[in-house]
Amino acid sequence: MNNVFETLGYYLSLPFVRYALIVGVLVSLCASLLGVTLVLKRFSFIGDGLSHTAFGAIAIASVLGLTNNTILVLPVTIICAILLLKTSQNKRINGDALIAILAVSSLAIGYLLLNVFHVSSNVSGDVCSTLFGSTSILTLSSSDVWLAISLAVVVIIFFIVFHNKIFALTFDENFAKASGTNTDLYNILIATIIAIVIVIAMNLVGSLLVSALIIFPALSSMRVFKSFFAVTLSSAILSVICALFGMLASILLETPVGATIIVADLIAFAIFSIIGKFTKAAKY
Amino acid sequence: MAQITLKNISCGYDNKPVITDLSFEINKGDYIVIVGENGSGKSTLIKTLLGLIPTISGKISFQGNFSRKNIGYLPQQTIVQKDFPATVQEVVMSGFHSKHRFFPFYTKAEKTIAKNNLEKLGVYDLSPRCFRELSGGQQQRVLLARALCSASKMLVLDEPTGGLDSSATEEMYSIIKSLNDEGITIIMISHDISSALKYATHILFAHSTAFYGTKEEFIKSELGKKYKHFVGGHIGGHINE
Repeated sequence: MNNVFETLGYYLSLPFVRYALIVGVLVSLCASLLGVTLVLKRFSFIGDGLSHTAFGAIAIASVLGLTNNTILVLPVTIICAILLLKTSQNKRINGDALIAILAVSSLAIGYLLLNVFHVSSNVSGDVCSTLFGSTSILTLSSSDVWLAISLAVVVIIFFIVFHNKIFALTFDENFAKASGTNTDLYNILIATIIAIVIVIAMNLVGSLLVSALIIFPALSSMRVFKSFFAVTLSSAILSVICALFGMLASILLETPVGATIIVADLIAFAIFSIIGKFTKAAKY
Repeated sequence: MAQITLKNISCGYDNKPVITDLSFEINKGDYIVIVGENGSGKSTLIKTLLGLIPTISGKISFQGNFSRKNIGYLPQQTIVQKDFPATVQEVVMSGFHSKHRFFPFYTKAEKTIAKNNLEKLGVYDLSPRCFRELSGGQQQRVLLARALCSASKMLVLDEPTGGLDSSATEEMYSIIKSLNDEGITIIMISHDISSALKYATHILFAHSTAFYGTKEEFIKSELGKKYKHFVGGHIGGHINE
């Protein structure tokens, strides 16, 4: 046991590990806050769609030889997020079909480009780490960390200040609009935040696993809690605990970071489901 | 006293009008029931009135100090609400959400108004309960209380008795009637012509060339004669077309 703490103590003394922990926790927190709204609005898969789009954008960025690919990836993802949220309101175009089309096309085009242009000597290794998360969380510079911290602060303030509006908008968009709220503006704001969170979270868990970070804490909390406030709070806390636990476990067990965090989320989901069954609170 | 006048309104989605050239005036204390077949534009009309979709042509004008902010809305329930984790308290308070721009909390005064509205509709003791666990009739009353929190001069109700059993339906109608007696203008979509004729002061029959008039005018009209057997409420029945 002492050995475990020694190992942890050693890793935690390394600045890049501390950076990774800070960014990981903040990103998971933001993702879980968004998750409540997305799951309730039946947009669970938007995270998947967008992260695949971001993968395509990363491929294009590396083909173009951009050193900082966020410049390209972030705007592309934001535009796609707004597009997806907008079209899914239009009932004649099937929102989930559109997400599926966008996701697979971006994956295919991205992989194709990477192979055709031979941008690196180890294409499949690069692709694998983009899809499943990688050590890139450990190579964050202090400016990356400050960027993540400031984005997280913005997201958290947004959720606190507009908690009531987000509730009204999620529960009943028509009512919110009829009582004079600019729902289009809020939808665009939420879409932008989703895109930002996904682009940061991809460093942590990779583009295939990013939607788990968004939906798991919300789904788990809904099994137990009955009020919107309690569900939001519980998702945030649960997500932070799972992210922290997952990252530390992956250091100790030398397992992949992303996958370990998601497994921690899955275990939490199972526990909450059982609690929910016993308390008979949830019908979800 | 006129609150809203609609002049030569055509409304519909994507520039395809379902109702054309409709003009009428909504006065304080009116009880207007909008009837018509499925797809005849009932919901489209009230969504246009609420500003949820733009008018294709014509003009909606608000009279005096009346504005859209004075209209409370009871929409049809959506699939999202079926499993939504929210307490009755949270749902009712959301009636006030548009009154604050950046202030994140509700005020004490608003909490008192919400309490009064819940008491008036007989659902105050449900406030800590989870909305999705209530019966259909209770849910509608909570949503009506939310509409009253957002505005108290006019209520627009989209099939408030849809999916309710007959006793809950009767209760809903008598609640709406008592709100109308307090001076609140009611605009309601209904499938149920016999109840419409029982409570309404005015009837709007949605159709490409819509009919609008007092209940008496409707009964005398050619259209009204078609529905004569419903008049007087002897036969409680629904029109399902």
